[in-house]
Amino acid sequence: MPDVNITVDGKKVTAPAGTLLIEACKTVGIEVPAFCYYPGLSLQGACRMCLVKVEKMPKLQTACTTVISEGMAVTTDHEEIHQARKSMVELLLGNHPLDCPVCDAGGECELQDMTFSYGASESKYTEAKNHKEEQQWSPVVFFDRPRCILCYRCVRVCDEAMDVAALGIQNRGSGSVIAPNMGDHLDCEECGMCIDICPVGALTSGAYRYKTRPWEMNHVATACTHCGDGCKTTLGVRRSETGMEIVRGDNRDKSGPNGDFLCVKGRYAFDFANRTDRLTQPLVRRNGKLVPVTWDEALTYVGQKLAEIRSQSGGASMGVIGSNRTTNEENYLLQKFARVVLQTNNIDHQRTADFAAFAAALAGRPDATASAREVFDAPAILLIGNDPTEQHPLLAYQIRNNVRLHKARLYVVNSESVKLRRQATLFSQIPSGSEAAFAAFLAGGDVANGANRDEWNALRDQLRKETGLVIAFGSELRGASIASLNKFALSVQGAKLICLADYANSRGAADMGVYPDLLPGYVPLIQGSKFKAEWGTLPDAAGLTLPGMVDAAKSCKLKALLVVGANPVFRMKLDPATFANSFLVVQDLFLSETAAVADVVLPAASAYEKSGTFTNTYGDVQLVKQAGEITGTKSDFEIIVRIAERMGYDVAKLVPFGSGSRADMGQSRGAQSGEADRHAVWLEAQGLELKMNPFDPTAVFDEIQRLVPGYQVSRLNLMAGNDQHTRLDQNGGGAVGDPALIQPANDGLFSSGSTGRYSKTLNTVMENRNRVEMPKVAAD
Amino acid sequence: MADLVSHPDEIKVVSKRFGQGAADIDRYLALDGYKAAQKALPMTPDAIINEVKTSGLRGRGGAGFPTGMKWSFVPKDSPKQKYILCNGDESEPGTCKDRLILEHDPHSVIEGVMIAGLAVNAESGYIYIRGEYRYLSIIMQKAIKDAYARGFLGKNIFGSGKKFDVYWHGGAGAYEVGEESALMESLEGKRGIPRIKPPFPAVVGLWGSPTVINNVETLASAPHIILDGAQKFADYGTPKNGGVRLFCLSGHVNKPGVYELPLGYSLKKMIYEVGGGIPGGKKIKAVVPGGSSTPVLTADEIDIAMDFDGVAKAGSMLGSGGVVVIDESTCMVRFAQYIMKFYQHESCGWCIPCREGTDWLKKTLDRFHAGGGVKKDINNIQYLAENMMGRTFCPLGDAAAMPTISIVTKFRKEFEDHLEGRPCPYDPVGSVRLLPVLSH
Ligand SMILES: Cc1cc2nc3c(=O)[nH]c(=O)nc-3n(C[C@H](O)[C@H](O)[C@H](O)COP(=O)(O)O)c2cc1C
Ligand code: SF4
Ligand code: SF4
Ligand code: SF4
Ligand code: FES
Repeated sequence: MPDVNITVDGKKVTAPAGTLLIEACKTVGIEVPAFCYYPGLSLQGACRMCLVKVEKMPKLQTACTTVISEGMAVTTDHEEIHQARKSMVELLLGNHPLDCPVCDAGGECELQDMTFSYGASESKYTEAKNHKEEQQWSPVVFFDRPRCILCYRCVRVCDEAMDVAALGIQNRGSGSVIAPNMGDHLDCEECGMCIDICPVGALTSGAYRYKTRPWEMNHVATACTHCGDGCKTTLGVRRSETGMEIVRGDNRDKSGPNGDFLCVKGRYAFDFANRTDRLTQPLVRRNGKLVPVTWDEALTYVGQKLAEIRSQSGGASMGVIGSNRTTNEENYLLQKFARVVLQTNNIDHQRTADFAAFAAALAGRPDATASAREVFDAPAILLIGNDPTEQHPLLAYQIRNNVRLHKARLYVVNSESVKLRRQATLFSQIPSGSEAAFAAFLAGGDVANGANRDEWNALRDQLRKETGLVIAFGSELRGASIASLNKFALSVQGAKLICLADYANSRGAADMGVYPDLLPGYVPLIQGSKFKAEWGTLPDAAGLTLPGMVDAAKSCKLKALLVVGANPVFRMKLDPATFANSFLVVQDLFLSETAAVADVVLPAASAYEKSGTFTNTYGDVQLVKQAGEITGTKSDFEIIVRIAERMGYDVAKLVPFGSGSRADMGQSRGAQSGEADRHAVWLEAQGLELKMNPFDPTAVFDEIQRLVPGYQVSRLNLMAGNDQHTRLDQNGGGAVGDPALIQPANDGLFSSGSTGRYSKTLNTVMENRNRVEMPKVAAD
Repeated sequence: MADLVSHPDEIKVVSKRFGQGAADIDRYLALDGYKAAQKALPMTPDAIINEVKTSGLRGRGGAGFPTGMKWSFVPKDSPKQKYILCNGDESEPGTCKDRLILEHDPHSVIEGVMIAGLAVNAESGYIYIRGEYRYLSIIMQKAIKDAYARGFLGKNIFGSGKKFDVYWHGGAGAYEVGEESALMESLEGKRGIPRIKPPFPAVVGLWGSPTVINNVETLASAPHIILDGAQKFADYGTPKNGGVRLFCLSGHVNKPGVYELPLGYSLKKMIYEVGGGIPGGKKIKAVVPGGSSTPVLTADEIDIAMDFDGVAKAGSMLGSGGVVVIDESTCMVRFAQYIMKFYQHESCGWCIPCREGTDWLKKTLDRFHAGGGVKKDINNIQYLAENMMGRTFCPLGDAAAMPTISIVTKFRKEFEDHLEGRPCPYDPVGSVRLLPVLSH
C-alpha cells in the first residue's frame, strides 16, 4: 500500500494508506486514549475517548474510526479535547462504583488509569447509582454489572477472535447489559479471553479474584506446560507457606506467538501445581510400603542400586522413559545420562506424533517448517486431521484470525465436522482412517475407491495453485504418509509443514533424542561420532522402544527403569505388576499410577517451577522460567545430576558447568527489575556468564547449541523472551519406524494428559458442562 | 385517527388526497395516482434526479439534506443491488405527519419509492413503518398488495419490462431506529444500533449495497414534482427551500393539526392565524420549531420564516416539522424533564455520552423538579448537555442535548425559581401534555 503523510500535533507521520488515525499516532509516540478500540477487533466508535481535532472537520472525530488521508492535520493536544476526555470519564464514573480499593481490578484498571491521566478530581454526580448484584456465569467467569463500561471488547473477542459468540448485549440505553448465551450462565470454551480483555473489574476470573492485590504479585514470563502449541504466559506469583504460589496466568505483554491468546488450560490449569497432594518428600518402598525418607537417603539408595545393576547386568538391562513435559535441557541431560552413565540406548518417551519420520522426510529441505507465528500470516492453510479447536487451541486461534483479518484460504480435510470448517474455504469430510490415503493421493496417487475422486482432484488442483501454503497435520499421518505429504508440499511453491504433537515439549523430547535409535537432532546412532567424541562414550546398539521396555519388564529382562515425568501404567493401561521385577524409580509431581508401584518416588518440580527451554510442536524454542516453588521438590535436572553423582559419575562431564568467562565489570544490576534483566541477558547470550553449578540448565543449553543441529538460534533473542524457530532441515536424518509407536493423547479443550486431572479448574469446568468426566485421580 | 384540519393559506400538495379515500387504489388512480411513475418510466435516471434537484426538495426527516443530491450519490456503475428505503419510523415528539400520509395516501409513498428506484436503478424498495403504527402497516400491506395485483409492482411494472418490488417492514418500538443506519441494522434483523460513518448509505447501505434512504414525506413529494413540474414545486417555497411541507402544529394553540404550508411561511402567522392563537389569550413562552430535538425559541425569537435557513439563523432547526407552542403558564423545567425522559428511554446505549448523559440528566431533572435541586445542579445540567453535544456516536445525543441547553440557558430563572424546595410555581401538567407523540 502506498504511504500517506499526515501531521499530528505538528509532527510528521507517514503510514500506509488504510491506517487508522489512532494507530498512526502511536507510531510517533502519541497516545490517544481508547476503551472500545482494540487492535484486531471490529471498530465500535462507542466510548468516544479517542476524540481528536481534524482540520476542516467541524466536530471532533474519533481517531479509532478515522482512516488517515493525505495531508490530514490532526491535533490531539487541545483544550477542547482535554475537556471531551475529562467529561467522558466523568460520565462513566457517574454510574460506576467508586470502591476501587475492594475491586479486583484495582491497580490494573484502565478506567483508573484514564481517570488519573484525563479525568477530574471532583465528582459532580449526586444521584443514586444503578445497582445490580454480581453474577457467576461459569466456574471461571464472574460478572459485576455496575463496573461494566460497555466497551464491548468481551463481546467481540468472544465472537470475532474465538468464534464462540457466547456474549451479547441486552436491553438498551442505560439499561444495556452484557449477557451470557444461556440466560444466566455461559456455555462456552471458558478461555477467559473476555476477562483478560475487560478494561475494568466487570469480568473477573473465578480462579484468581480476590486472591491478591495486583501489586503484591511478581510476574514471570514463561511458557504454558499443557498442549504442544507453546503459548507464552505471564504468571503472577506470590509468596506462600509452601514456597511461591502461582495465582494467575495471562499473556500480559502480548509477546510470544500467541499475542493475547491463552486457552482455558493456559489461563487456569497451572493450579495443579498448587495441589496439596503434591509430593514433597522422597518415598522409598520398605516392606512393601512407600515411606517418606530424606533426599539424601533416597538419592544414595537410587545411586547405589543403579550402579549395582549396571555392574551386575550391564546397561542393556536398564531403561529410561522420558517426558513430554520436561525441558529440553532435562531431556537432553536424560538421554545423555542414559547413554553415558547408564550406558544404554534403552530410552524412549510416549510419542504423540511421528517427529522421527517428519525429520526423515524434511532432512536437507530448508524452510520446510512453519512457526506458530507464520500460521497467522500464511496466505493459505491446509489442515489434515486433528481438531485444533480442542487439541491445539492456539493453532485454531491463529488460523481463525488469519482467515478473519487477512482473508487466508483454509482447506480442512477431516473425518469429523470440526469447528474450523466454519472458517474453511473448502471442507472435505473423509472417512475416518483415510487420512493416509489422502496424503498418498496428494503425492500423486489416485483415489482407491473412487468415491470422492472429483472432490479430491479439485482440491488438489486448487492447493497446487497456492503459494506459501502451510500444511498442518495431526497424528493420523505417520511414517511413510509424512513423506508423501512432503512430496506433495514440494510441488506447491513455498509450502511449509507443521506436525502436530500433543504436549508442551513433545517436540523437545524428540529433538533432544529421547529415542532408542536417534541421538539429539535426529542423528542416527551410527552417525553419532560427534556425540561420542564429546561424551567420551556411546553404546552402539539401538535400544528398546517404550513397548520394548515394557515387554522386557514383563519377561524380567529389565532390571531397572527410570521414569521421568511420565505415567506409562495409566497411559498404556498396563497391569500395575508389570514392573514388579524391575527396580523402578519414578520422578513425578504426584503419586501417579506408575509412581504408586515404584520402588523409589522422587518429588519433582513442575515445569512452572524450573527454568530451561521448551520447543513447541512447530519447532519454536522458548524460554521456560521458574515462577512457582514448592518446598521439598527438586527439578528433574537436579535429580538426574544428583543420581549420576551418587553413581560415582563425574558430573562435570555430564553438565559442562564452570565454562564461560567472567565479564561482569561490577556494574550494579540491583536496579533492574522485571523480566528482562538486560545486562544478565546479554552476558548469558554472549556465553560470558559463568555457569556456577552443575544444576544450571544453561550449561546444557550451551552444549545443545553446540551439538544439536537446527538449534543455533539467536541466544540473545531467546534470553530476552522471544520465541526462536529451530531448523529441522538441518537434522541428522531421522528414521521411519513402526507407526504403532505413535500414541496420541487426544486431549480435548479441558483435558491435559494425566496432569489435567489434578487441575481443580479443569475439573469444575468439566463438571459444570457435564462433559465426559475425567478418570478419577488414583491418589485421591 | 386524527381529525383533518384546513386553512386557506395551505397549498395542498402531499396532503391533497387526504380525506378522499385514496388508500383505495381505484380512488388513488382517479386522483391522478401512478401517473407520475408512468411519466418517470421512460425518463433517464439523470433526468429524474435533475427534476428533483430543480424542485429544491430537501429531506423532511430532520436534517434537510437536498434530496436530488442524495440520489445522485448512488454509484450508478456499481454491480451491486441498490435499494430504496422509506423511513416511516416517525417517532420524534411533536411530529405526526408521516402517519397521515401513510393513512390517507399510502400509494403516493409507494409511487415515490418507485420513482426514487428509477432514479438510481434500484429494483426494490422497503417501507419501514414505526412499530407503534401497527394500523398503518395494515393499510400499507393492502396498498402494496393492490399495486402488485394491478401490475404496478412486480416483474413487469406498467408493462414496461422493468422490475420493481416493494416490501414493508415493521419496527419494534425504538426512536433510535429512525436514524438511517440504525434503521438498516433493524431491517437486517439486528439490534437497532447506528453504524460507523463513513461509509454512507448511498455507497454502503442495506446489506452492504448502495441505498437511498428518505423520509415518507420526502418520497411522497416526488410524484408531485414529476407530474406537476419541478419548477412549480420549487416556486411554492423560498430559494434553496423548495416546495411546501407538512407542519405539525401542536401544543397551546386553538387549532392544532397538520397544515401543509409553503416553506418560508412566517412562524408567528402560523401560530396566530393558522393555529388560531393561544387558548385563553395567554402569552407565548416558547416555541419548539421542528420537533422535540430542536432548540426552543423564546417569544421574542418567533418572528422568522419557517424554512431550513430561516430557522437555522434563529439558532434552531426546521427539523421534522413539529411546531410545539408553549404558553406562559408552562413549567420549562418540567418540559425539559419530560423531553429528557423521552431521550433517556430512547437512547440506544451504544456510546458513553448519550447513554450516561441522558440517564444522569434525567435523574437530575427529576430530582430538581421535585424540589430537590441545588444551585450547582443548574450549571451541571448545562455542563452535561454541553459535553454531550457533538460528541456522541449518532445525532440522538445532540437531539437530547440541544433542547436542554436552550432551555437551561434561556430559562435559567425558572430553574432558580425551583430551588430551596420551593414548589413548582408553574403548571406542570400542561408541559406534559405538550408532546403528543411520545412512544410510551
Ligand atoms: C435519532 C434519530 C431519529 C431519527 N428518526 C427519524 C424518523 O423517525 N423519520 C425520518 O424520516 N428520519 C429520521 N431521522 C433522520 C434519518 O436519519 C435520515 O436523515 C432521514 O431518514 C433521511 O431522509 P430525508 O433526507 O428524506 O429527510 C432520525 C435521525 C436520528 C439521528
Ligand atoms: S470464556 Fe472465552 S468462550 Fe467463554 S465467554 Fe469468555 S471469551 Fe467467550
Ligand atoms: S464486561 Fe468488561 S469488556 Fe465487557 S463490555 Fe463491560 S467493561 Fe467491556
Ligand atoms: S448517541 Fe450513542 S447511545 Fe445515543 S443513540 Fe446514538 S449511538 Fe446510541
Ligand atoms: S476508542 Fe474510539 S470511540 Fe472508543
